[in-house]
Amino acid sequence: MTTTVGRREPPRVSGGSGGHGHLDELRTDPIGLLERVRAECGDVGSFRLGDRDVVLLSGAEANELFFRAPEEILDQAEAYPFMTPVFGEGVVFDASPERRREMLHNQALRDRHMRGHAATIAREVDRMVAAWGDDGEIDLLDWFAELTIYTSSACLIGARFRDELDGRFAALYHDLERGTDALAYVDPYAPIESFRRRDAARAELVALVQGIMDRRAAGPPASDDGRDLLDVLMSVRHEDGSARFSADEVTGMFISMMFAGHHTTSTTASWTVIELLRHPAELERVVAELDGLAASGAEVTYQALREMPRLEAALKETLRLHPPLILLLRVAKEDLAFRDVVVRAGQMVGASPWVSNRIAEDFPDPGAFVPDRYAEPREEDRANPWTWIPFGAGRHRCVGAAFAMMQLKAIFSVLLRDGELELAQPPETYRADLSKMVIQLRQPVRVRYRRRARLGDRA
Amino acid sequence: MRIVLDPDLCQGHGVCQSEADGIFVLERKATTVTVLDGTPPEDRRPEVEAAVRYCPTHALSIVEED
Repeated sequence: MTTTVGRREPPRVSGGSGGHGHLDELRTDPIGLLERVRAECGDVGSFRLGDRDVVLLSGAEANELFFRAPEEILDQAEAYPFMTPVFGEGVVFDASPERRREMLHNQALRDRHMRGHAATIAREVDRMVAAWGDDGEIDLLDWFAELTIYTSSACLIGARFRDELDGRFAALYHDLERGTDALAYVDPYAPIESFRRRDAARAELVALVQGIMDRRAAGPPASDDGRDLLDVLMSVRHEDGSARFSADEVTGMFISMMFAGHHTTSTTASWTVIELLRHPAELERVVAELDGLAASGAEVTYQALREMPRLEAALKETLRLHPPLILLLRVAKEDLAFRDVVVRAGQMVGASPWVSNRIAEDFPDPGAFVPDRYAEPREEDRANPWTWIPFGAGRHRCVGAAFAMMQLKAIFSVLLRDGELELAQPPETYRADLSKMVIQLRQPVRVRYRRRARLGDRA
Repeated sequence: MRIVLDPDLCQGHGVCQSEADGIFVLERKATTVTVLDGTPPEDRRPEVEAAVRYCPTHALSIVEED
């Protein structure tokens, strides 16, 4: 047994006397649990998840340690067992750290592709808004979840594949996301309804992709500039001429490529609408900013997208208050120390965007929606790089963060240009659904829209 | 002015190369950018400042030299 002189174990948070430690609380009130760890234990404390300890770090100093650690020390591969049945065996998290780094380095996310993506996203919002009447009602979560299936498939896989999708793909994808119950830490295939639906949805997605592949194999080849990632994957052959990738493998790759950017963007877009409608003065400033850009003739391009300080501040504040991931996890591969506390190899280590984003010393009046905190000279995101962490931080920071911000700006550029929105429910009834590791909103999430005349057509 | 790159933070998005070509370069297979000119001339300051400002991971900073 190894002992580290002068070091102590992390203090354990109260509760967790059930059979699987704090698992039940994580499944029903994760925010209560995470906040209590910091309240009782400070910057480092632990809770019990199944047969493992989770050491929760919070605050700038502890978070910096977490986010700077290389994957060889804090590994992600074993930290998210609820994702394996979603992606399929052998996809993404089963790869080596080196291979993951290469895959993360998705060419499509490089800066030089962003301008093209901005135009693609604006076109997809146009298509969704075109289906609107003069006025009506939408469910924000359904609407944005479908939209972001189209945008992410168009940008990451290609227009040809996107054009073969409809609302069915989004509905199945939603069932995958709902299949991320923390019970997976004990048994990812436990006989519960959400896991059954997850597995049925994945099988149906594979069948859908198989159908698309069969049609392509039978039809004429795509033109050179119309080829998408699916065409490329289908063209990869074994030496004997047989296809290298099955529909199951292709579907797993597509699910995993789209996953990180899907529920995150759709819930953030939904919360942004809700927060702006709850704060009409902020909404007015954002709309004025967008109208000003439109009046100057600026297209929804990358360049214009950057110069939207009001909208950007509203998005950042929405992300701070409603981070799409509330608990980031790793597994310690070696013993490591934080101050006088030792973390043992084999323990899980966590950082919580929810907890850190609301530390009052860094974000005064932390529960309030205050986009002005991002204006100079406060710039509370830049001032607190290790606690303003809706995208994580450091070398593990979400590689899609720039894409996500650009996408959200493009969505709102079109949406607030073409529509006027208002809440269709009492403001306090818009709430997060925290029952799964993938956080969503509790439905219904209804808002009313009224079509707005284009600027040139207004009196 | 001297450019400082924090390699722990850089993810190789290449925004800096778009902003200040020739000072930063992202090789095709690289996972972090390379600073080609760590002490660029003063007339390129606006481009370098844009690169620092728009770096998605805040991996760049400028240190003023006397």
